[in-house]
Amino acid sequence: MGKESPLLEVKQLQTHIKTAGGVVKAVNGVDLTVYAGETLGIVGESGCGKSVTSLSVMGLLPKPMAYVERGHILFDGRDITELPEKEMRKLRGNEISMIFQEPMTSLNPVFTIGQQLSEPLRQHTSLNKKQIRTKIIEMLRSVGIPRAEQIIDEYPHQLSGGMRQRAMISLAMLCEPKLLIADEPTTALDVTIQAQILQLMREIKQEKKMSILLITHDLGVVAEMCDRVVVMYAGQVVENADVRTIFNSPKHPYTRGLLASMPNSNERKGELKSIPGSVPRPDELPQGCTFAPRCPQAVEKCWQERPPLLSLTHQFCRCWLYTHEHQEVAAHAT
Amino acid sequence: MLPEPLLEIKQLKKFYDIKTGWFQPKQQVKAVDDVSFTVYKGETFGLVGESGCGKSTTGRAILRLQEMTSGEIWFQGENIAGLSYEKMRKLRRKMQMVFQDPYASLNPKKTILQILTEPLRVHGLYSQEERVKKAIEILEIVGLSEYHLHSYPHEFSGGQRQRIGIAKAVILQPELIIADEPVSALDVSIQSQVINLLLKLQRDFQLTYVFISHDLGVVRHITDRVGVMYLGKLVELAQTEDIFTDPKHPYTKALLSAVPITHPDEEKDRVILAGDVPSPLNPPQGCTFHPRCPDCMMICKTEKPPVIDLGNHVVACHMYST
Repeated sequence: MGKESPLLEVKQLQTHIKTAGGVVKAVNGVDLTVYAGETLGIVGESGCGKSVTSLSVMGLLPKPMAYVERGHILFDGRDITELPEKEMRKLRGNEISMIFQEPMTSLNPVFTIGQQLSEPLRQHTSLNKKQIRTKIIEMLRSVGIPRAEQIIDEYPHQLSGGMRQRAMISLAMLCEPKLLIADEPTTALDVTIQAQILQLMREIKQEKKMSILLITHDLGVVAEMCDRVVVMYAGQVVENADVRTIFNSPKHPYTRGLLASMPNSNERKGELKSIPGSVPRPDELPQGCTFAPRCPQAVEKCWQERPPLLSLTHQFCRCWLYTHEHQEVAAHAT
Repeated sequence: MLPEPLLEIKQLKKFYDIKTGWFQPKQQVKAVDDVSFTVYKGETFGLVGESGCGKSTTGRAILRLQEMTSGEIWFQGENIAGLSYEKMRKLRRKMQMVFQDPYASLNPKKTILQILTEPLRVHGLYSQEERVKKAIEILEIVGLSEYHLHSYPHEFSGGQRQRIGIAKAVILQPELIIADEPVSALDVSIQSQVINLLLKLQRDFQLTYVFISHDLGVVRHITDRVGVMYLGKLVELAQTEDIFTDPKHPYTKALLSAVPITHPDEEKDRVILAGDVPSPLNPPQGCTFHPRCPDCMMICKTEKPPVIDLGNHVVACHMYST
């Protein structure tokens, strides 16, 4: 770590959401770094704040209900947290782009594929109509869409799920962004189509040397794609390490629980190891460690005080168990 | 001991008519096309396949929640395909279903007590007090408590709702439970809890499961035998271990190789299938899989593959017909 230059740095990000029942701390002090050319995975269950983190980076939070309360987001060394909307638009789709989970809801049903794909080119380049069309057809071909000359004039509903996701990827890739944020890109797809899309993303990444921030709950996808992994729980980073370290020697009890509950790592028909209880709602977080109520190794201290993110030999881990072997406190969340 | 067949499906077909216009001929979608299999007492039979392959339609047709086009369904030695609505309703005491989406399958206007006692009331079982007692009993079995009796579904998390959905199916002590993607909508850490619950209930009540899922990891863990479906047809059927260690059909091979690896150092030979599942409206001639098949031969393009029994391992593919 640390050899390449950081492309995206998120520092102590806190994103709050106003609801009828008060302010919810959806993201509560998240630190993460994406280096140039790597794939960083964010893993966590629903409600852990992984999608809100990515929306904060993209500046796509539904304002004014959701807002960045504290912290900084640096892209290519430039602070983009307080960037005005006009400046943000120059960045979005051009240098950072995003693909979403459900390709049917993120493509506009009343515009053809060609119309939708020409938008980023019209915004960010000075190509004329003809050049735009050739470029789009070229792009569609490169993501493996057959009959690209016809597909360009078709509507999203005429395509299958896999084709739509390919169209989404080509939309995101048109301006050759430095960073691609993929929010559960294959969750809605079948396994054989998932394998195709992951393969495609790997190829594009190789070719364009871009970075990917991959948000997923599927540890299999993480094992396939990522170089480094950030595990999130209840709005905080609980572990941050190299992908092999995560799979070979996970430290945080939550990461361990997640890995142990995969059916493949258990004896067939036997009892699966599982994490008791369920994810706490953001408005009823315990006072101490957020994972303490479900943790098999919780001690008295865990219920009283929130642990800091400790820097261990190979990873960062937010757990009191490792206070004796840590070197420094990386970050302390409130 | 010879296993006793509980459920036999014979040549089940379900076609949907699609209207294309006033004077145009109707088109047919063959959602389930000639599917036959047997489920033995006490086992877990898995049905796997991608979306649109007809696995859910098969599950619903077994319970006659959807009328089939033709075929026979033998349940405990009786053909239930032609039973009247009333008789079928009585029979469903012995065959229950667990649905995928625990948010959509529980009535939001009813309390848990009402939801759980309704099946007992419909079938006229027990007195009022006994029903409440039964409901409390089953809640404790699935890991909830009496304290939850008067709550409404929206007060529960996804995992808890799926437990209630399972409790509702088990309270009648059925012989057969058809579980249609029961864990797909749940988070990883909750998924394993629900799988454990299903396994425990099977041991305690000697249940037979038809387990419909697209998650091959879960299917490998929980099932005894697996049927693989593609475009409305059963392409392979065998013991779970055989399917996973020695798949015969090219589609099964591709499906298994597409499952993500479980460790970053794992090497996997990938068979990446080209293209999508074809539209069931006009499936390809011959073998429906041939346009995507890496081992496609001349005969596959014209003739439907025969069903070949390789001894406890049934496969529908020309490669194995000598």
